[in-house]
Amino acid sequence: MAKSIVSPIPGVFYRRPAPDKDVFVKEGDQVKADDVIGLVEVMKNFYEIKAEADGVIERFLVEEEGLLDSGQEIAILIEK
Amino acid sequence: MIKVKNPGLQTTVQDYGRIGFYEVGMPPSGAMDKYSYTASNLLVGNDENAAVLEVTYLGPVLEFQQDAVIAITGGEIPPKINGEPVSMWETLSIKAGDELSFDFVKGGARVYLAVAGGIDVPQIMDSRSTYTLCGIGGLEGRALQAGDVLQVGTDHHHVVKSGTRILEELIPVFSKRHEIRVVIGLCSYRLTEESKERFFSIDWTVTPEANRVGYRFKGERLNFVEREQPFGAGSNPSNVVDLGYPIGSIQVPDGIEPIALLNDAVTGGGYATVCTIISTDLNKMAQIKTNEKVRFIPVAIEEALQARKEHKQKILQMKKHIEGNLEGQMNG
Repeated sequence: MAKSIVSPIPGVFYRRPAPDKDVFVKEGDQVKADDVIGLVEVMKNFYEIKAEADGVIERFLVEEEGLLDSGQEIAILIEK
Repeated sequence: MIKVKNPGLQTTVQDYGRIGFYEVGMPPSGAMDKYSYTASNLLVGNDENAAVLEVTYLGPVLEFQQDAVIAITGGEIPPKINGEPVSMWETLSIKAGDELSFDFVKGGARVYLAVAGGIDVPQIMDSRSTYTLCGIGGLEGRALQAGDVLQVGTDHHHVVKSGTRILEELIPVFSKRHEIRVVIGLCSYRLTEESKERFFSIDWTVTPEANRVGYRFKGERLNFVEREQPFGAGSNPSNVVDLGYPIGSIQVPDGIEPIALLNDAVTGGGYATVCTIISTDLNKMAQIKTNEKVRFIPVAIEEALQARKEHKQKILQMKKHIEGNLEGQMNG
């Protein structure tokens, strides 16, 4: 079942833990519930976006450093 | 006692503010949306200066370890008790063992959670407000963390009946476009006429750098009038000789991105402040999110004072309504 992962807060989206690090997950990767798939920065805080269930990240809907609104879809998760 | 299971994004203890120390460089801190803050305290029969929790964007998960009377006001971050939705802008009873949590933000940006008796933390310079940049006030001078325990104080005068609601017409509605009224000055003479005109005619977008200290906006570059650098002023055209910054003043460092200085901001410095948000609209600013649009509307001081008068009348109206829903007085 395809499910979208949404950001609860507005801010800047990052797919990497730091600029010189690899992305948390690639499109097509398997994830487990509570795995971090990205960060949203707002008010100098970094909020972790987590997968809500086990599955495969089909694709990301926001690019690196894209601006997010609260409630905006970040990625599509195919649940197993 | 209230146990913090999850702190949310940035939840701090705030009261009316650390008032009276501005001249020594201490900003007021305090609840950013004073209208919603005051409503929350009134609904639980608290002293109007009682400390509450200010929640930004993402609510905390709190476990109450005692029976309590609470009220949640402000932006629309829908609250739940034990997973069941409950009303905002209403006096609620919560039992020992109950869990208070929140859904994702639907409108506005900040919620105020008042508990009858107030949040009991030590007073620093006459206030319980958290000022994180200096690490003072609130709980250890910082935002809440998982595992924290909050004590309930005795700052209440009345017992308000559960189910008491703020009158519908007094509950603000939130949109994604905002008009914020400002009074022009103190250093608006530094902007070119054209830039002054542009400042008031474009939509400014709130950047992710928007917190209790200030909100930064993106729009277009503004230009300053050419001048000879005065003694004591920095070399950038946006610099002036240092001055005290009014709370809510807007400066434009290097003409690039305007910054509105808010509750936790620096109290003075050397940037030209081109206008100041009127006090009642600071409450509206507090409910604006990153990515939302703001149009600044210049008004005369008389209109600002009129708005303040209307704000006071609304608070009075709330008080009268709540006074009709009391169960009793507190002793002492």
